[in-house]
Amino acid sequence: MQLITCPHCGPRAQAEFEFDRAVESVLALDATEAEAVARLYRRENPKGWSWELWRHSAGCGVFLKLHRHTVTHEIAEVSLLDAAP
Amino acid sequence: MKRYSSLGLLTAGLTGHTSWPRAWRDPTPKTRYDIVIIGGGGHGLATAYNLAKRHGLRNIAVLEKGWIGGGNTGRNTTIVRSNYRLPQMQDLMEFSLKLWETMTDELNYNVMFSQRGAIFLGHSDSDMTKLAERGDAMLARGLDAELLSRDQVAKMIPVLDMSRDARFPIEGGLNQPRGGSARHDAVAWGYARAADALGVDIIQNCEVTGFSIRGGKGEGVETTRGTIGADRVGICVAGHSGQVAGLAGVKLPVESQLLQAFVTEPIKPMIDTVIMSQSVHCYISQSDKGEVVLGGDPDNYPTYSQRGVPMRLEQVAGEAIALIPALSKLRMLRSWAGTTDMSFDGAPILDELPVEGLYLSGGWCYGGFKATPGSGWLFADHLATGEAHPVAKPFALDRFERGATVDEAGAGPKARDR
Repeated sequence: MQLITCPHCGPRAQAEFEFDRAVESVLALDATEAEAVARLYRRENPKGWSWELWRHSAGCGVFLKLHRHTVTHEIAEVSLLDAAP
Repeated sequence: MKRYSSLGLLTAGLTGHTSWPRAWRDPTPKTRYDIVIIGGGGHGLATAYNLAKRHGLRNIAVLEKGWIGGGNTGRNTTIVRSNYRLPQMQDLMEFSLKLWETMTDELNYNVMFSQRGAIFLGHSDSDMTKLAERGDAMLARGLDAELLSRDQVAKMIPVLDMSRDARFPIEGGLNQPRGGSARHDAVAWGYARAADALGVDIIQNCEVTGFSIRGGKGEGVETTRGTIGADRVGICVAGHSGQVAGLAGVKLPVESQLLQAFVTEPIKPMIDTVIMSQSVHCYISQSDKGEVVLGGDPDNYPTYSQRGVPMRLEQVAGEAIALIPALSKLRMLRSWAGTTDMSFDGAPILDELPVEGLYLSGGWCYGGFKATPGSGWLFADHLATGEAHPVAKPFALDRFERGATVDEAGAGPKARDR
């Protein structure tokens, strides 16, 4: 099980978190149809380092951005999402 | 090919089983084939077998990076069924189920296909409504389905906890009598032996590292054992579909996750059907060796590690014990995980890719084993003729952007929560 360090709650077991989506598949609200197709359906699905959104759903509820390795499960970076501009 | 038979088994036994020939050759790769299949699992081997058997092609190779059947073919929970709700999925899985019924004779290899029934349990009024709807959809399409009352379920599976205060109270079920299970390793070995006898080169320990593409047309593959030319290449690599297609510059609508399976120590026969609960997400059957085989949800996050999270083991074991309390007495023998390419509507992708001559059979999610013979038949047709078989047509790659997804679970463009 992975240990994910939540910036609010500290190191917590993976069981408290839910994977939400890969950052590459996040759509802008005003995305065109072509952008939506590209982001949703043409995926790197990386074997290696990956940028992902996870949620501390059974903890403080915050959305987190993780830089995580999909083979070794190393987590290099956990950060809060940027505030909306 | 030396045919297997009861008499042959008996006479070979007289000499201590020392007279058996190799089941398939170990050929050195040629520099060129008409068709190369990447991936020596059940799907890849079935495809090669169909190309040789039904299309009369002889210059075919299957390239496998490890050993045949060492991936998801040997990691699934061996359940075979076609009890789907959407007509496209029903047609695909029923096409396959019919082929399962003749596979042992067809391959002269006992795949131990046992039509012991596949039962979905219902735990509430709404579950029973959904099961009745599914059963009606199946009957209307010519499939076999029986809606079971609570009493019928209790009689068919006496080990279930039928008490009213059970954690998962049982209100009834939906049986597909022609569903069941098979010996998954035998499927890979049977197809390998039959394909080899028809001249297919099965090349193990040969990993594809790139594609030769000229002017948008594929001309073959680069491998750890040299360059191999091919007019057409088929990708049948399950969890690594995205990685292999990526070598040709093609991005796919798949996300790789893990599906775990578990077996207990072997015991005497106690479960003679396949028990599944779609509400609880627990799959229970007993192998011919006596092990109770358990499965559950995927691990629901991207990973290629083939190492499952222990919380899923805890969840599946807890659910299985709640359904069948007697299982609490058993020790867990083994657990393992396979990497599955989860597509974004839960249905497979059977199509030519944007590179001419490059074809994909992928996105089988966690449901590929039951489709093995059908997938091989349909994919071989596509590779041999360049045209998709009518049953395979709904599973085109561009269905996502056309909005024509085959979304059995109605879950939208996400790989999880299916």
